[in-house]
Amino acid sequence: MEATTNLTENENVWGGGNKPLNASYGKMMMWFFIVSDALTFSGFLAAYGFSRFKNIDSWPIADEVFYHFPFLHGVNAPMYYVALMTFILIFSSVTMVLAVDAGHKMKQNKVAVYMLLTIIGGAVFVGSQAWEWKNFIKGEYGAVETRGGQILQFVSADSGKRVALSSFATSQPTDRAQHSSDKGLWYVEEAALPTYSVSELQEGFLANPDLRVKTEMIDAETGHKIVLDRAASEAKIAQAAYVVEGANLIRNEYGNRLFADFFFFITGFHGFHVLSGVVINGIIFFNVLLGTYERRGHYEMVEKVGLYWHFVDLVWVFVFTFFYLV
Amino acid sequence: MAHKLSIFRGLVTFKSNEQKIWGVLIFLSIVTAVEVALGIIKPAFLLTPIFGMKGLNWIFIILTIVKAYYIAWDFMHLRDEKRSFTSSIVLPLLILIPYLVFILLVEADYIYNVMLEGFVSWNF
Repeated sequence: MEATTNLTENENVWGGGNKPLNASYGKMMMWFFIVSDALTFSGFLAAYGFSRFKNIDSWPIADEVFYHFPFLHGVNAPMYYVALMTFILIFSSVTMVLAVDAGHKMKQNKVAVYMLLTIIGGAVFVGSQAWEWKNFIKGEYGAVETRGGQILQFVSADSGKRVALSSFATSQPTDRAQHSSDKGLWYVEEAALPTYSVSELQEGFLANPDLRVKTEMIDAETGHKIVLDRAASEAKIAQAAYVVEGANLIRNEYGNRLFADFFFFITGFHGFHVLSGVVINGIIFFNVLLGTYERRGHYEMVEKVGLYWHFVDLVWVFVFTFFYLV
Repeated sequence: MAHKLSIFRGLVTFKSNEQKIWGVLIFLSIVTAVEVALGIIKPAFLLTPIFGMKGLNWIFIILTIVKAYYIAWDFMHLRDEKRSFTSSIVLPLLILIPYLVFILLVEADYIYNVMLEGFVSWNF
C-alpha cells in the first residue's frame, strides 16, 4: 500500500485507480465526509455555546442534572456515569484500531474478534445513552414554571437538598380530565396532565415552612443556584403557572427550555451516529466472517469504517466536555 | 503500511503499532481521569475567570483538544498520511470552527448584556 500509484504507472488518468495524496478514493471520501460531519457537529455545539453564553447567569448546572448511576438509586454521583460511557467508547475505539491493525496483517480471525468487541462496546454505549435519556425525561423531583418561563425548584431549608413535588403537594378535588380526541371536539387532544395541579402545590408549599424556592439564577460568587428566603419564596410560588415533571421538547424541570432541546438534539444526533456505526460495523463484521476481504486481498473497508467509528468517539469527547464538564 | 511509532515528539517510541495503540489508550484514559477528577473536586483557585471563562473550563477545553489530537493522529492514522492530505482535512476545521465559535460567543455575550441592562425583564 505504501507504493504510490502515479501517472507513469497508470496511463489513463481518468480511468480510475489513481491515488492522489496517497489515499485511496474510498478512504479520501470517508475523510471528507468526516470533515463535513465535524462541521455539522461544531455548528450544533457552537449554537449550544451561543444559547449558553446568552443565558450565562441562569444555565442549568450539569452536576445537578446528571447524577444518576445504575444500581445506586438516590446516590448523588455526578459525572461518574458519563465518565464510564466515555471510557467504554474510547475502549471500543481501541478495539477498532486493533481490528484495522490486524487487517493490515491479513489476520481474518483477529479482525473478526476485534470487530465484534467494537460492536459490543458501541451497543453498550447506545444502551447507556438510552438510560441517560430515560432519567432525563422522567426527572426525579419536578418543578413549577412561572408565567415568564422561569423554572422554580423546591429545596429543604434544613438540608439544602431538592424536594420532590409528591412529598408536599396536597390533594384537592378536581374534575379536570385529560382531553382526548374521542371526547369533545374531534381531533383535538392534549398532553397528559401533570400529577399535581398548581394550586395543590401552592397550598402544600404554604403548609410546609421548611420549603424554599430555588431559582434558575446562578450566584456569580459561589457558582450555585440562588435559593430564595421564605418570604420571597412565597411571593414567587404565587406566580406559578405550570407544573413541570421531567423533560420534553417544550419545557423541562432542570431550567432553561433550550437546555433540554440541545441535550436531546446533540446527544440524540450523536447517538444516531453511534447506532449507524454499530450497524455498519455489523455489516463489515459479517463480510469479514464471509471472507470477502480475504478474497479481495486487503482489509481497507475495515479501515474506512474504523475512521467513521473513531470520528464518533471524537465527537463524544467534545460532547462530554461541553455538556458535562464545562 | 509503515507506521510512525513515536508520540510526544519522539519522547515515547513503541516497538509495534499494537503497542502504540495501547500506549495511546493509557494516555487518553489518564487525561479523561484528570478531567473527571477536576470536574468533581473543582479546585477553588481554578474558578477565577481568565479571558471571560473559568480557568477550569479552559483546562477542560485544552485537554479535550489534546485528546482529539491523539484520536485523530494515532487512531485515525493521520500521523501516517501525507502531510498535504492531513492539512486538507485539519486546516478547514481549524480555520472555520474557531471563527464560528468566536462570532457566536461574542454575539451571545452582547445579547446577554442587552438583556441584563436593557428594559426587558425576565423576572416575572
